[in-house]
Amino acid sequence: MLVTISYAGPEATDLGYLLHKHPGKVQTFETTVGQAHVFYPEAKPDRCTAAMLMEVDAIALARNRHLRGGGDASSLDDYVNDRPYAASSLTAVALGQLFRTAMTGRCDARPELAASAINLEISLSAVPIKGGAGLATRLFEPLGFKVVEHAIPLDPHFPQWGNSNYVNLHLTGTLRLSAALRQIYVLLPVLDDSKHYWVGSDEIGKLLRAGNGWLPDHPERELITKRYLAHQRGMVDDATSLMAPEAERTPSENSDTQGGPLPLYRLRAGAVMQALREVGARRVADVGCGEGALLKCLMVDSSFTQIIGTDVSAKALARAQERLNLNESTTEQRDRVRLLHSSVTYIDDRIRGLDAVVLMEVIEHVEPDRLPAVVESIFGHATPGTVVVTTPNKEYNPLYPGLTGGGSRHPDHRFEWTRMEFQSWAASVCETHGYGVEFRGVGDTDPLAGSPTQLALFRKG
Amino acid sequence: MAELDIPQLCLVVLVGASGSGKSTFARSHFEPFEILSSDFFRGLVSNDENDQGATKAAFESLQFVAGKRLDAGLLTVVDATSVQPEARHQLVQLARDHDVLPVAVVFDMPEALCLARNTQRTDRTLAARVIKRQQDQLRRSLKSLGREGFRNVHILRTEEEVATATFRRQRLLNDFRDDTGPFDVIGDVHGCRAELETLLAKLGYVVEQDGQGRAVDAIHPHGRKAVFVGDLVDRGPDSPGVLRLVMGMVRNGHALAVPGNHEDKLVRALRGKNVQTGHGLAETLAQLAAEPPVFRAEVESFCDGLVSHLVLDKGRLVVAHAGLVEAYHGRASARVRSFALYGDTTGETDDYGLPVRLPWAEGYRGAATVLYGHTPTVDAEWVNGTMCLDTGCVFGGKLTALRYPEKEVVQVAAHRVWSEPIRPLEAEAPAIQKRTADMLKIDDVLGKHVVQTRTHGRIGVREQYAAGALEVMSRWATDPRWMPYLPPTMSPTNASAIDGYLEHPVEAFSGYRKDGVSRVICEEKHMGSRAVVLLSRRPERFNAPPHWRGTVYTRTGRPFFDGAQSNEFLTILDAAFERTGVWAELETDWVLLDAELLPWSLKAGDMIRNQYAAVGAAATASLATSVAALKQAAGNGSDVAKLLQRTQTREKNAHAYVAAYRNYSAPADGLDGVQLAPFQILASEGKTYHHRDHGWHLSIMDRLAEANPTLIRPTRSIVVDVHDEASVLAGTQWWESLTADGGEGMVVKPLDNLTLGSKGMVQAGIKVRGKEYLRIIYGPDYAEPANLSRLRDRNSAHKKSMALREYALGIEALERLVAGEPLWRVHQAVFAVLAMESEAVDPRL
Repeated sequence: MLVTISYAGPEATDLGYLLHKHPGKVQTFETTVGQAHVFYPEAKPDRCTAAMLMEVDAIALARNRHLRGGGDASSLDDYVNDRPYAASSLTAVALGQLFRTAMTGRCDARPELAASAINLEISLSAVPIKGGAGLATRLFEPLGFKVVEHAIPLDPHFPQWGNSNYVNLHLTGTLRLSAALRQIYVLLPVLDDSKHYWVGSDEIGKLLRAGNGWLPDHPERELITKRYLAHQRGMVDDATSLMAPEAERTPSENSDTQGGPLPLYRLRAGAVMQALREVGARRVADVGCGEGALLKCLMVDSSFTQIIGTDVSAKALARAQERLNLNESTTEQRDRVRLLHSSVTYIDDRIRGLDAVVLMEVIEHVEPDRLPAVVESIFGHATPGTVVVTTPNKEYNPLYPGLTGGGSRHPDHRFEWTRMEFQSWAASVCETHGYGVEFRGVGDTDPLAGSPTQLALFRKG
Repeated sequence: MAELDIPQLCLVVLVGASGSGKSTFARSHFEPFEILSSDFFRGLVSNDENDQGATKAAFESLQFVAGKRLDAGLLTVVDATSVQPEARHQLVQLARDHDVLPVAVVFDMPEALCLARNTQRTDRTLAARVIKRQQDQLRRSLKSLGREGFRNVHILRTEEEVATATFRRQRLLNDFRDDTGPFDVIGDVHGCRAELETLLAKLGYVVEQDGQGRAVDAIHPHGRKAVFVGDLVDRGPDSPGVLRLVMGMVRNGHALAVPGNHEDKLVRALRGKNVQTGHGLAETLAQLAAEPPVFRAEVESFCDGLVSHLVLDKGRLVVAHAGLVEAYHGRASARVRSFALYGDTTGETDDYGLPVRLPWAEGYRGAATVLYGHTPTVDAEWVNGTMCLDTGCVFGGKLTALRYPEKEVVQVAAHRVWSEPIRPLEAEAPAIQKRTADMLKIDDVLGKHVVQTRTHGRIGVREQYAAGALEVMSRWATDPRWMPYLPPTMSPTNASAIDGYLEHPVEAFSGYRKDGVSRVICEEKHMGSRAVVLLSRRPERFNAPPHWRGTVYTRTGRPFFDGAQSNEFLTILDAAFERTGVWAELETDWVLLDAELLPWSLKAGDMIRNQYAAVGAAATASLATSVAALKQAAGNGSDVAKLLQRTQTREKNAHAYVAAYRNYSAPADGLDGVQLAPFQILASEGKTYHHRDHGWHLSIMDRLAEANPTLIRPTRSIVVDVHDEASVLAGTQWWESLTADGGEGMVVKPLDNLTLGSKGMVQAGIKVRGKEYLRIIYGPDYAEPANLSRLRDRNSAHKKSMALREYALGIEALERLVAGEPLWRVHQAVFAVLAMESEAVDPRL
């Protein structure tokens, strides 16, 4: 990774004073991720360029769990990794270490120059950008830079693959060097939306210090703050309140207090709850419970005496366990609410003979050729008195702005059904397993397309 | 001297006051673990054997332990006073709950004796009134003891009787484990005498007739034995004739029989009980009315004497009329009998008014083969190691026998419809039945499991890894019915010490030499993805819909193609098998192949673009500008020569890396450009192939490739003798030529295929990857000396151990598959492979 900083002006080599690095020397510094070298490709009286080149030790990086941000070790990208080449948070940290004093704007030898806006040209190679072309411009232009983003193709050999997420970035402008350095320091990890280290609360202070004088008024302040603080909501809120006057703040979204229409997922849970109450179910399993949104509704209603949540994802169950505070519950509560790791394509005696089983937005995540196994496991083996199934109504999709051209509502949906398809499937289930069924729509009803969600209420016998 | 009979498996309840000599007696007649004493349990839960306050806890734990023992089929003795009816009732119930017989041994000793012994005790003494009360309770119990549900009550009244009594442990009536057959198990006959005689003849029995030409016995020249699954009578034309023949066979030791529900009812009718005479009983009674009373009496006693189920052949075969869950095998209780005769009914009735029967076989996971009848079905089919032999002969179907241990079905057609079925046989909806039959249970895979393999012993699957695999299996993998195998992971060589190399063939050769393998085969490692191909011409074999041709899936079970593409691919492949005559040669209509599917980008296209190409783009762009900046600085006199040199090397490495991944990005459009390189036949009907040498496998693949060079790609190979230096050199050079321009490398395998060395199984294969190829595994600069020396420090021992276990599990799955074992047994081994794969292992190995 390479960063070059050029200054054009009278006595251009004074850049060395501002950076506290002598233009006649090649200097090498040890950083946590490898060596950083500072050298001057040119040092003419009217133009001087300083370069920082990093030699990242890829193997040390790969083997150091701490430097990877404590992530999972079992990933191939540890060794085959863009970090040794891209201008990312590694570069930002190295800039911060090598040019700490320059970033503060202190320069005893050339104090006026340090305090002045000067002609700067900064080049960064292979800057990773998440969020599409133009983001770098949106971030740097408001600061007074002229921005040029040179796209880097993914592989010139395969032009059909298009451009990579990296650009060579050229910034020119008249700014104080210390401000420019601090802006780059903040914005590199923001462009990449990623940091190589764990983001702790001391990052707020770093952001406020480095952002002093330019960040509070930046039009993309919200994006910068969010990404810099790794989207950790509490920290983002803290940083924002420290930066912005009260009145400016956007109210945080909370659908409960807004009084607007309820979102579809809440309507769906409501419809399921209503169906369960209608049939008088007391012992209920939410199969495919995910993180436990429906379980939460069930738990607050004391008419449900036994509540089971199952999911195929152990991770989702762990989150549900946490969200529902099950670790702190009493023995009685524990008997009442149980989370089970299971799969709908296998038969499971632990959910046999309950009053009701809920399959809320589950079947569309199962491959069609394994649906018969799901039917057999629930209707054939678990044989609850009632089964509530919800699934998207495909006919409604064109009414969603993003889905006018077809496509499904979620990338994991293996299929989405029209009302006809859902009803004929339900009819065959009833015929084989001795259930009756009634259909309901959930959400607002379009005269032609019906409702966004369709619900089938199966009753045994 | 009294000989006390007790069943081999029972719960012995000692009954007697303190001091009556129970414990001493127990110690001299039973093994220490067999005796559960209430005093001992009091001690366990309270540290004090005499703490009467701990009695409740002591009895709860005693009953818990007794239950575990009885579950395990172990005779158990409860040493407590048990003089109160409530205490005994609990123990009788305990025995019933575990389906064993309760037996009472009563110590009705003189009170004076008990009192005298009590005062002599050093560890504790009880108040005399306690003993008197116990004696009193015992005396009052004596009269009713027989009605409390004990199978036997033995009473000992004197010291002498106690001293001389011995136990005789008797075989249970259902215990025929010593009888190893061979057997011919025959389904529901229902009075179809003529068909029975035909079937017996077809099975090779010689039917004997009495003076009146009536069949009275049938003898097999090789001493085979018939076993009747019950329902000999009712509905059909000649129930007395069937009974005469079967009773004769049983009497003469040529047959065994279990009762059906129809025999049960017949006995009650013959005893004059008021029973409904529907379902054909009226006909039987009418037919029997024509027989002499002595015959009727004989029938009554025969049917009454039949034992609910039989356990045969060392416990490997169980015969019961309506089937039997594993927990009831070899047990005796009212509910065992009821299950064996009537099945697991819900009490509900179906549209035809017949009882709804729960599909017990669906959940059967036992090791024993269970043969039964009771529910007429169209065809006799295996369900989880059980088979229903009632094929509705009396309704115009077939009379079916199963030869055991051959497991060969022998049938004769009904001569006519003797009775109109209440529910049409076809109404059993066979498609649904089938789907039900191979449903998998969550307990088949979740939790800690041990898979017993024939090549590598017991292989444990840890709970957390099983949990990890469940999601992959449920959400991403191919339907388990069509995924009977997953390939093992493969270890690379140990790190090579040769300059500039991380992996080198000599390591693989010397590894096998150490394992005692002398001839190995080096097979080219294709630049594709590991693929398993199930190619089938008979969808029924895998419970698949019509026109299904098979599956093509990755090493974690994900399908490569969508349905239509998969069919197209398999159709072309089938044609190649046809053209080369391999179908006929292997005598099969399905085959399972281990292969590579090319190009790799077919599966890994996203990964190549988003990961490999992205890193390449960043590397080449950033190093180009760095080199330019350094050159400029050098031109201006800065001392950057070394840094420039290093950076130029890195730039060269980055380009070499880009060249390496580009090899994997062959364009494929639909099936155009897709190639299969099969290298091993895994299984076909009834056969596995890990004992055929790799030369044989590759020769078949070469023929297939010749037949369709567009789709099928041959695998280049060379055989190396690891003891011959010249041969080792040739192998090494061959590898170098394969990998010089970025080839992935080769896999070295024992030429003979599955090899058992002195330390057990030998690795199925060791991969030796090419020097250039490894750049996309370890990064562009991996081969720089400073990096290589660190990368050599890699530990492949765990990977190797995993590879062996997965190899053994794979072979186990294949053997189970070709032996026709139930799906859950195959799936357990397959699932275990996937579970192993959730273990964290360095992914670069």
